[in-house]
Amino acid sequence: MEFTFDTGRGAPGTARRLAGERAGQGLLARSWRRFRRDRMAVLGAAIVCGLVLVAVFAPWIAPYDPAQQFDDGLSLEGLPVPSTLPASTRFILGTDANGRDLFSRIVYGARVSLTVGVLANLLAVGIGTLLGAVAGYSGGWVESLLMRFTEIMMAFPTLLLAIALVAILRPSMWVIIFVIGAVYWTWIARVVYGQVLALKAQEFVEAARCVGARNGRIIVRHILPHLLPTAIVWGSLGTASNVMLEASLSYLGIGVRPPTPSWGGMIQQGQQFYRSAPWLVVYPGLAIMLTVFAFNLLGDGLRDALDPVQRKRMEA
Amino acid sequence: MGRFVLRRILLGLPVLLGVSLITFVMIYYLPADPARMYAGPNASVETVARIRQQLGLNDPLWVQYGRYLWRALHGDLGFSYNLQMPVLQAIWARFPYTLQLIAGGILVELLIGIPVGVISALRQYSWLDRAGMIIALLGVSTPPFWLGLLLLFWLAFKVPIFPLGGTGGLQHLVLPAVTAGLGGAAWYARMTRSSTLEAMAADYVRTARGKGMGEGAVLLRHILPNALNPVITMAGMDIPWFVGGVVLVEQVFAWPGIGRMAVEAIHEVDIPLIMGTVVFTALLVVLSSILVDIVQGLVDPRIRHR
Repeated sequence: MEFTFDTGRGAPGTARRLAGERAGQGLLARSWRRFRRDRMAVLGAAIVCGLVLVAVFAPWIAPYDPAQQFDDGLSLEGLPVPSTLPASTRFILGTDANGRDLFSRIVYGARVSLTVGVLANLLAVGIGTLLGAVAGYSGGWVESLLMRFTEIMMAFPTLLLAIALVAILRPSMWVIIFVIGAVYWTWIARVVYGQVLALKAQEFVEAARCVGARNGRIIVRHILPHLLPTAIVWGSLGTASNVMLEASLSYLGIGVRPPTPSWGGMIQQGQQFYRSAPWLVVYPGLAIMLTVFAFNLLGDGLRDALDPVQRKRMEA
Repeated sequence: MGRFVLRRILLGLPVLLGVSLITFVMIYYLPADPARMYAGPNASVETVARIRQQLGLNDPLWVQYGRYLWRALHGDLGFSYNLQMPVLQAIWARFPYTLQLIAGGILVELLIGIPVGVISALRQYSWLDRAGMIIALLGVSTPPFWLGLLLLFWLAFKVPIFPLGGTGGLQHLVLPAVTAGLGGAAWYARMTRSSTLEAMAADYVRTARGKGMGEGAVLLRHILPNALNPVITMAGMDIPWFVGGVVLVEQVFAWPGIGRMAVEAIHEVDIPLIMGTVVFTALLVVLSSILVDIVQGLVDPRIRHR
């Protein structure tokens, strides 16, 4: 895959070919080589791929329907059955307080977590990049207005704002995606804003303006491509935060509605049994941790690979 | 310095106004009738209408907001239907507990995060560094409510060192503070490591070594003061997340703080209390970011003169 930042002028492909020859390879190809050598990043990417496969093929992986209540899924005292009892080998992670198979529920839970995490983050990266870029590029009162607004949104305690918004809009998966996107974009806007300010002062932007390019064209052809690495890195790091935020909302009982299995909700329902049935808390939590960890590893790896300057700075 | 502090405080005011306005507008569109909540489920339609008139709920949005602001400036944040007491009084009753938790959590963050980060940087690429950074990334990835439940299970239930919840002496604070602070400690460790590495490569460090300064003195006099500056900045940006995270910790440990009260208020649609807690926590965030800026101004004179 080749990716270069050509000026978009001249015969199509000429500039690209020239730039490609000079640099040896495109940015993405070089980044990919760096990324491949980073063992932790590759591990993160592998876990993320695995999780996506689990979410997509949940009906084939889960041994049972996540909502099915089994008669032998509860002990004689009406308590969840652990996986260690010989009588219950068919439940590999034990059952929950309703006699449902915990493993199947965790497998299906990946769907909610990943869908919310990824879509909410697309929304946040979209809003953040747009507002940050417009504020940084336009300057003047638009800049002040947008950045003051960002500052105000940053002063809200994140989780509390999300809880209040969900309560107002009534919980459903789409509302949660919207709310997380609506509270999380501020960080990205700040980062993008700073970058655009720096980019705007670069010579190639000035050159483009000299040859008569309009603002829209400059933004699309010269500014946005440079923001791509940032967007990719935040695409991963942000997903990690959003998976955590979704789990937190579900844990507080204002996430995705109960019949749909979500990891945070499973911990909330399991916590009253945590002394007698700790697995109800332990396994869903491990699933959250693994997911967040994988996206963080991937994001760190992508940042190191896409942004060698930053990497040099980090490693001094 | 005085002018710097004043300017910083004045910059915080519009942020507070904005937060209160956005919260007010949000709540205005809440699909619940405050007059009905206030009157109770058995009140007649006429009573509800009278109360709506009394509370001024028929006025336009901006009149209601103006009135709220005016009263708030006079220390009146309204009356909680659910708790049957003034909102400000309810907040003051719970605030000391949240403050304890915040202070304990930040202490854990700094006491663990900074040393781990500095040691990792000084031993860059050693197994200690690698292990430290992987553990830090795991720490960042751990859901705080889950960590809290695990700590309760092992250190309060299986091995009863700490109480199972509630408040009281210092031993009640240990597990909640660790839960609140551990994720942040991991962030601080990563942050401190990279800023320490950056400072270690700076010219002034080479100069200091060149003039024959000992390694310990270089570390204390030149590397650490410069490395910790970005960490202070991060502390300021971290506070909204931290205050949010406290909500979860309070829930796990049945800690009677503001966060738990806010969640209850939202479940009960107790509008004045929701409004009050959100504005109050935003005030906390703004005040602490001002405090962080002032501390930074004290540490780094370049910032004062910007």
